[in-house]
Amino acid sequence: MSDNQNPRTPDGSQRELGHRDEHGVVGTFADPGLPEHRSRQADRDPEAAKRGERQVAALFGISVIGTIAALVVYFVIPPDGTTAGVRLSTLTLGVAIAFALLGIGLGAVHWAKVLMSDHEKVDERHPIASDEETRVAAVAELEAGVKDSGIARRGVLKGAVISALALFPLTIAVPLVGSVGGDWNVSKLKHTMWKRGMRLAIDPSGRPIKAADVTIGSVVHVIPDVPEEERQSHEWITEKAKAVVLLVRLDPRDIVSEQAPEGEDWSYDGIVAFSKICTHVGCPVALYEQQTHHLLCPCHQSTFDVADGAKVVFGPAKRPLPQLPITVDDEGYLVAQSDFHEPIGPSFWERLK
Amino acid sequence: MKALAARRHHRFAPVVLLLLALLVTGGVYAALAPTPANAETASTEDIETGQKLFQANCATCHGPNAEGSDTAPSLVGVGAASVDFQVSTGRMPMQMDGPQAIQKPAQFDEEQTAQLAAYVASLGAGPAIPTDEQVDAELGDAANGAALFRTNCAMCHNAVGAGGALSEGKFAPPLWETSERNIYQAMLTGPQSMPVFNDATVTPEEKRDIITFLVDQREGSAGGLSLGSLGPVSEGLWAWIVGMGLLIGAAVWIGAKSS
Repeated sequence: MSDNQNPRTPDGSQRELGHRDEHGVVGTFADPGLPEHRSRQADRDPEAAKRGERQVAALFGISVIGTIAALVVYFVIPPDGTTAGVRLSTLTLGVAIAFALLGIGLGAVHWAKVLMSDHEKVDERHPIASDEETRVAAVAELEAGVKDSGIARRGVLKGAVISALALFPLTIAVPLVGSVGGDWNVSKLKHTMWKRGMRLAIDPSGRPIKAADVTIGSVVHVIPDVPEEERQSHEWITEKAKAVVLLVRLDPRDIVSEQAPEGEDWSYDGIVAFSKICTHVGCPVALYEQQTHHLLCPCHQSTFDVADGAKVVFGPAKRPLPQLPITVDDEGYLVAQSDFHEPIGPSFWERLK
Repeated sequence: MKALAARRHHRFAPVVLLLLALLVTGGVYAALAPTPANAETASTEDIETGQKLFQANCATCHGPNAEGSDTAPSLVGVGAASVDFQVSTGRMPMQMDGPQAIQKPAQFDEEQTAQLAAYVASLGAGPAIPTDEQVDAELGDAANGAALFRTNCAMCHNAVGAGGALSEGKFAPPLWETSERNIYQAMLTGPQSMPVFNDATVTPEEKRDIITFLVDQREGSAGGLSLGSLGPVSEGLWAWIVGMGLLIGAAVWIGAKSS
C-alpha cells in the first residue's frame, strides 16, 4: 500500500496544469495517488463469492466438455475426402477445440477478476546502476587484466589480435556476396527468349498456333514453342515469366496505330501480339475486353488499347506494352520476327528507352 | 483410250482439262472442308416461327433481317450457340441500354429459344449448340481444366470462378450458377466483353475439362466460410472489423473491474 494517500504539491498549493511560475518552470503535476479501494460484491457477500466460484468452475467445465467433444469428433467424423465431408470435419473439430481453449482462458480471467485479491499495490523501482563501490571495483579489475596482458607494451601482439579479429568476418561475407554476384548480368532484363522464326505456342498445352485458327475476337495466351523437356526445366519458369505474350485478333479495320516503325509490319492480318507483363510493376495484364479492345491490368487498373499500339488509356502505367513482331511461316504457323525491340516489364535503373 | 489419246492435241484440250481440274478441286474441297456447324435438324417450320419471334422481339435493335444497327451487332453468322446463350440466360432481349446486358429470368421458353436459334443459324453458318456429351462434366479432367482456367479465364472470372470487375461498370459474372451448356457457349462465342476461345485455341476436350473444374467449384470451399472467394478485400474487412473488434472487446473485458 502506498503511503502517499493524500496528494499535495510541495508547498501545499494547488497548481494548474501547464502553469508557469515566475522562473518560467512548468508546474509539476500533483501525484493523484491511488483511487479509493472499492470492494467487489464477492468481497462483501459470501453468497456472491460462492456464485463466482461456480461460474469459474462452469467455465473450466465447458473446456473439459470441449476437449472431450474434440476427441469424439476426431474419431466419429473423419474427413471422407469430399468437400462437404472435409468441411464438416474441420468445422466441428475447430468449434470443439475453440470451446476447450476459450473455457480455460475465460475461466482463468474470470477467476482473477472476481475471486483473487484486487487490492492496489505499489512496488518501488530500484535504481538500474550499481552502487559506486561495485563500479570502482569492476573498473579496477579490468585495468588489472589489461596490465597483465601487456597489450600496451607488446605492439606486435596488439596488431596481431586486431588483424585476426578484423579478417575473420571475411569468411562469411565473401561467400555470401559471391553467391549473389553470379547474377549481376543486367542485360538479361533487356531481352527474352523470342528470336526470329520461333513459333508461338498456346499456354499451357504448348501447341503451336496457326494464323487461320485465331478468329476475330479471339485471345490466346502465348508461350515460346520449345520442347516439352525444356518446359519442365527450372530455367523455363524465369524465361516464361519474361516471354509470355497475349495474342489478339482484331478486325484489321479497327486497328488505329501500331508500334512498328515506318516500312515494317509487326502484325499479321489483324493479329497482334503484346507482352503480357505490365509496364507499371510487372503484373500479368490479361483482362481483355473484346468490344472495346481494352486490356486491363488486374493489379492497379492500368488500361491499354490493343487497337492503338497498346497505348495507356488509364492507370499508373507510363509506357505501352512492348509489341512482339510476328508473321507466319511456310506452314501457316505464327512465328516471331525477332525479340521484343525494347525491354519488357516495368522500368528499371539501366533502362535506356 | 485410243480416241482420247488422238484428241489430246485438240485445241480445246487445255480448256477441258482446266474444267476437269477445277471440278476435281471443288469436289475434293466440298468433301474434305470442315462442315460448318448448324443447329441440329431444324425444320423450316421452326425457322419460320423463329423469324416471327425475331421480328416481334429482336428486330427493333438488330434490324428486320438481323443485319444489325448502330446500337446492336449483326447476327448473321453468330450461330445457334450465341442465340441460345444470350436468350436462355435472359441477357437478350436486353432490358435497358447499359455497360453490359444483365442476366435475368429467361423471356422465352426452351422451344421458342430453339426456334429463334434455328432462325438466326439459317442466316449464316456459325457455332452450333454443343451436344450433351460435349458438356458432360463427368467426362472431363478437372486438373487440366484448372490449369487452363488459370491461364485463360481466372484473370477476369477469379481463380475459382467467383467473378470480378472490369472497367467502366462492366464485370465478369460468377460462374457457379451458370449451366454447363452456357459455359461452353460463352467460350465458343465470346459474348459481350468476353473474348472468343474457338475450338482451335481451346479444343472441345479442353473446354469440357474447364467445365469439370467449374462444376467442382459449386460444392464450395472445404475451408468453411469463403467470404465470396474475393481474396484480400473481403478477408481483410473481416479480419480488421470482426477479428480486431473481438480482440478489443476481450481486452476491455479483461481490463474492466468486476462489480
